[in-house]
Amino acid sequence: MRIKAHVAMVMNLDKCIGCHTCSITCKNTWTNRPGAEYMWWNNVETKPGVGYPREWENQEKYKGGWELKNGELELRSGSRARRLAHIFHNPDLPTLDDYYEPWTYDYEMLTTSPERKRQPVARPKSIFTGSYMNPEWGPNWEDDLAGAPETGPRDPLLKGLEERVQMAFEQVFMFHLPRICEHCLNPPCVSSCPSGAMYKRDEDGIVLVDQEACRGWRFCVSSCPYKKVYFNWHTGKAEKCTLCFPRLEAGLPTICSETCVGRIRYLGLLLYDADAVKRAASAVREQDLYAAQLGVFLDPHDPEVIAQARREGIPDDWIAAAQRSPVYKLIVAWKVALPLHPEYRTLPMVWYIPPLSPLVHAVEGDEAVEGADVFLAIDLMRIPIAYLANLLAAGDVGVVRGVLKKLAVLRAAMRARTLGKEPDGDLLRETGLDEATVNDMYRLLAIAKYHDRFVLPTAHREQVADLFGEQGTCGLSFAGTPGGCGL
Amino acid sequence: MRGWDQFLWVIYPYVVLTVFVGGHLYRIHIHPYSWTSRSSELLEKRWLRWGSPLFHWGILAVFLGHVAGLLVPKSVHEAFGLSDTVYHFLAVTAGGVAGLAAAIGAILLLVRRVGVPRVRRTSRTGDFVAIALVCLVILSGLWATLWNGLGHADFDYRETIGPWLRGVLTFQPDATRMAAVPLPFKVHVLAALGLFAVWPFTRLVHVFSLPLAYLWRSYVLYRRRQSRAVVKP
Repeated sequence: MRIKAHVAMVMNLDKCIGCHTCSITCKNTWTNRPGAEYMWWNNVETKPGVGYPREWENQEKYKGGWELKNGELELRSGSRARRLAHIFHNPDLPTLDDYYEPWTYDYEMLTTSPERKRQPVARPKSIFTGSYMNPEWGPNWEDDLAGAPETGPRDPLLKGLEERVQMAFEQVFMFHLPRICEHCLNPPCVSSCPSGAMYKRDEDGIVLVDQEACRGWRFCVSSCPYKKVYFNWHTGKAEKCTLCFPRLEAGLPTICSETCVGRIRYLGLLLYDADAVKRAASAVREQDLYAAQLGVFLDPHDPEVIAQARREGIPDDWIAAAQRSPVYKLIVAWKVALPLHPEYRTLPMVWYIPPLSPLVHAVEGDEAVEGADVFLAIDLMRIPIAYLANLLAAGDVGVVRGVLKKLAVLRAAMRARTLGKEPDGDLLRETGLDEATVNDMYRLLAIAKYHDRFVLPTAHREQVADLFGEQGTCGLSFAGTPGGCGL
Repeated sequence: MRGWDQFLWVIYPYVVLTVFVGGHLYRIHIHPYSWTSRSSELLEKRWLRWGSPLFHWGILAVFLGHVAGLLVPKSVHEAFGLSDTVYHFLAVTAGGVAGLAAAIGAILLLVRRVGVPRVRRTSRTGDFVAIALVCLVILSGLWATLWNGLGHADFDYRETIGPWLRGVLTFQPDATRMAAVPLPFKVHVLAALGLFAVWPFTRLVHVFSLPLAYLWRSYVLYRRRQSRAVVKP
């Protein structure tokens, strides 16, 4: 057993309203630079849809993630030698048109236009060529199903659902899917980087690109099945979500989490066994990967785990934070969060609580769904369970049904309490919940206080830096400041 | 004439060599962030799909040919029983084919760099200079090979350019070896020296990043935070 701590995120899709605030604050913080215009380290997609970049989930096309070859874990893009043989032209690399050509607007026209019969228009102009262009795609092109009758059927998650799911108005469904880098336990970007420029931070598991070591070989871009590593055309280097590590180190949540209007995001620590990662990622059946990844996480209350973590140098306040971690509760204790596309065998560390949705047909009888009807209703929800299962459980409908049942029972129990009734004990038992857990879940999911959502210990820089010696080595009066430190 | 020879075949090469070595050391130590292949595949890949592999694989073969023909002395060839006729035939045909592939690839890349608006507008001066010089060097090399192959087989660069190059690299330069070399070869050598002079300041530095170590590396890498060296002002 080799214990490491990992910062993980959970997003509650039940509460995402698709406002894109996370995307905007991320963009303003990280990617408003030349070469990064087209990058959205955080973007919010409407599902069903083909997303950004177009058809990122189509691994037949992009060859992202891992697969089992003769029982051995191998990148879908092939062996190390195959990648090196394609270093001069990577056939799996998306082009800018799969994301979108970034544009600005001819704003000057609005003020310089002479008086005319019609209002002046600020036409879109390409950032590259400066000439007028017609935008044809973007990070949220399919917002709220815009254009979905055309693009929707190309969504790979709809495979096998065609007869039930149609884009007809009366049967249509949608939900929002905010996406950032998954900071995987088994990251294909790190594994495909020929320069060894990408790495997982030992202390917190954040996946980063060493900008001074990156040589622009771009296999990280094609090997990431989530398409969350980007190529900066200006610097010639790969860039990606940093999980806002400068904020995390100071005990603050990522900017996307901090500014989330719906308070859907949770950040906290998970302890995991680094020696168990490869075996878990090699589970034979894709449907077993969810359980296999759960098996990698360790119980931070287990005295043996605590003792071993201490021996391996994990600080006490980090162990304490792991014990209070909201992410541990949602993923491991209550099992209401699920990994994004576990079948990619990446063991992602950003998990999702699947959304409940309105019912397609009214359930007969009572106006509110109660009793055993709660379970009946799960299968009548507008968002087909099979669709969510393709997204979050490698197609295992049972797993998603189990989570939605828990959420529905939680709602029913809270509703009963509000109405001064007794919650249905059978329902609670069947979903493995009790009154205390219902209370905890309600507090974390519905009330969602800032300090309950984000339990982040500060980094121990004093262990690696001579902080006393650094005194007076950097300041606003230095050359190249702020941050220049005289260099 | 002797002064010119001395300048072209002794002074100029050493200036280039100094800039080449010093430039690379300067860049990797002072500006490691700028060291990249500056790939533009993201912006355009239809032309690149043909141009880049043709050029790269071609130029790799051409490079190996230059090592075998210039850095390895003729006496070694003879010790292996390689007769003049056989060597000449191999050099002209294999070298010609590899050179042709590299030339077609490089020209495609040049046309792409200038002709595709997205690529042109995101290019730096160094990108244009590098591909233009690369084309010049390859085309002059092809010219020399053709000239050598078509009726001028009596000229053997292994007795002139080879010893001169090895002399320069071992700090025993001898300009007289280059004096009688035919014009196509002289142009090729001078263009190549020009390319080496700008090399460290362009994207061409990525040649030295050929990531062969990747073949033996473990897939997932972890890094611990390191302590920063404190620089007291």
